[in-house]
Amino acid sequence: MDEFITTSDVHLYYGKKEALKGINLSFPAKGINALIGPSGCGKSTYLRMLNRMNDLIPQVTTTGSVKINGVDIYSPKTDTVDLRKKVGMVFQQPNPFPFSIYENVTYGLRIAGVKDKQLLDERVEHSLKQAAVWDEVKDDLHKSALSLSGGQQQRVCIARVLAVQPDVILLDEPTSALDPVSSGLIEDMLLTIRDKYTIIIVTHNLQQASRISDRTAFFLNGELIEAGKTKRVFLNPQRQETDDYISGRFG
Amino acid sequence: MKIKLQNKIAINIIRIIAALVVVILLFLLGDILISGVPHISWHFLTSASQSFASGGGIGVQLFNSIYLLLLTLIISFPISLGAGIFLSEYAPKNIFTSIVRMAIEVLSSLPSVVVGLFGFLLFVVQFQMGFSILSGAIALTFFNLPLLTRNIEESLRAVPDLQREAGMALGLSKWRTVTRVILPEALPGIITGVVLGAGRVFGEAAALIYTAGQSATNIDFGNWNPFNAASPLNLMRPAETLAVHIWKINSEGVMPDASAVSAGASAVLIIVVLLFNIFARIIGNSLYRKLTATK
Repeated sequence: MDEFITTSDVHLYYGKKEALKGINLSFPAKGINALIGPSGCGKSTYLRMLNRMNDLIPQVTTTGSVKINGVDIYSPKTDTVDLRKKVGMVFQQPNPFPFSIYENVTYGLRIAGVKDKQLLDERVEHSLKQAAVWDEVKDDLHKSALSLSGGQQQRVCIARVLAVQPDVILLDEPTSALDPVSSGLIEDMLLTIRDKYTIIIVTHNLQQASRISDRTAFFLNGELIEAGKTKRVFLNPQRQETDDYISGRFG
Repeated sequence: MKIKLQNKIAINIIRIIAALVVVILLFLLGDILISGVPHISWHFLTSASQSFASGGGIGVQLFNSIYLLLLTLIISFPISLGAGIFLSEYAPKNIFTSIVRMAIEVLSSLPSVVVGLFGFLLFVVQFQMGFSILSGAIALTFFNLPLLTRNIEESLRAVPDLQREAGMALGLSKWRTVTRVILPEALPGIITGVVLGAGRVFGEAAALIYTAGQSATNIDFGNWNPFNAASPLNLMRPAETLAVHIWKINSEGVMPDASAVSAGASAVLIIVVLLFNIFARIIGNSLYRKLTATK
């Protein structure tokens, strides 16, 4: 099988505490992958390891091999700035920069040196349309992004990631701070871009995972319990723990 | 019922305290302005001071104060900006950083007289810079640096980590994240700190008596060559500031109108600090709006 992201025997320690206990998991190119599991199971830690955001936390050590598109991202030669352009991330809390909507979306590009006004304009429109927020903000692109509602802010944050055209988009519980309508919009939006990006989403919402994801991985206590096609994992779990979790007997 | 009553009493006590603070401040400001403003005239603001006769002005002192303030900010702002960014964004938690922090705290509680004497011994005497604007500006930098550094560090720290993660996750380098995202957000807090620091510097006398000196040499406002001794821009000339002038006429002034000059100078000092405050806020706000697109 043609895997785009491969992680083999990944261990991650916060100081002495082992948060990931040898994860072997891979994702094919394109499509939506859901990571599920109870709080503290390591799914967010795993996600943040894929764009090396854990580097920002002192005393984190990661071992094992993480390859994206065949490149070992933990090799000393890896430039994390380049890596994060290829592997974008959306956070639980909407975190737009305190600038205008337009500047938020073009920020990554302009920092990368793109000056062509026409290209920037096109990319803004395209990204905001992809993120399903264009119709709501197209008349006030120069308004502060902070004046938008939480749901709109989150979609602008997604547009900001899309604008740099990454290969992979990591979403860390992107809808858990939002109302059901906004969550629904984001879910629909993810479905429309699933063919263009490799999307990995951490979610506490099992319905969300089953609605939108192609594949699901279940984490528990820092270990990967089970991974596979979403339908198979939900309808026919092979491990008792998975069955217990998705049927709500714990977690 | 009891809880509501407690609540009412507490709120009213706080209100009274707040009102007390306002009344004291207004009384103080009013007293200084009422006794001082009548003495302010164009002549007073522009002419040189007199040592023995009446009718002296504060032109040179006023210019010296503003010039010294600008010099101090030019020296201390970049240093404290760098130090603040280092402490808030880059400093690892180790012994070195805690020593730096402790040094800053100790330095910020240093009495200004001590700063002045230190400046006197080191710059004026040892480095043979004499009583000069430059000695004064460096002494004031010592005085201003810890507060400004602390303020910049706190303002940067107050920006949520989410913004740092957003920047990094977007492929911005750490430096870019700090300078293009975090710094603009922290700007209003930094400006407040600069304004407060500037007020302190403008009103500072003790640190300057031994460094910038107590004599206002006559300067020629037609001569803008900084290397000429009579030029206003000359860095090596002794420069009595407004605050030092007020201190001097009150302790040893022999001119007949000493109390009037002192009152007028005090009023001018307060008005300038006020103007500086307003001015800095206007610039800061428009800069912030420009950077962040908030209307």
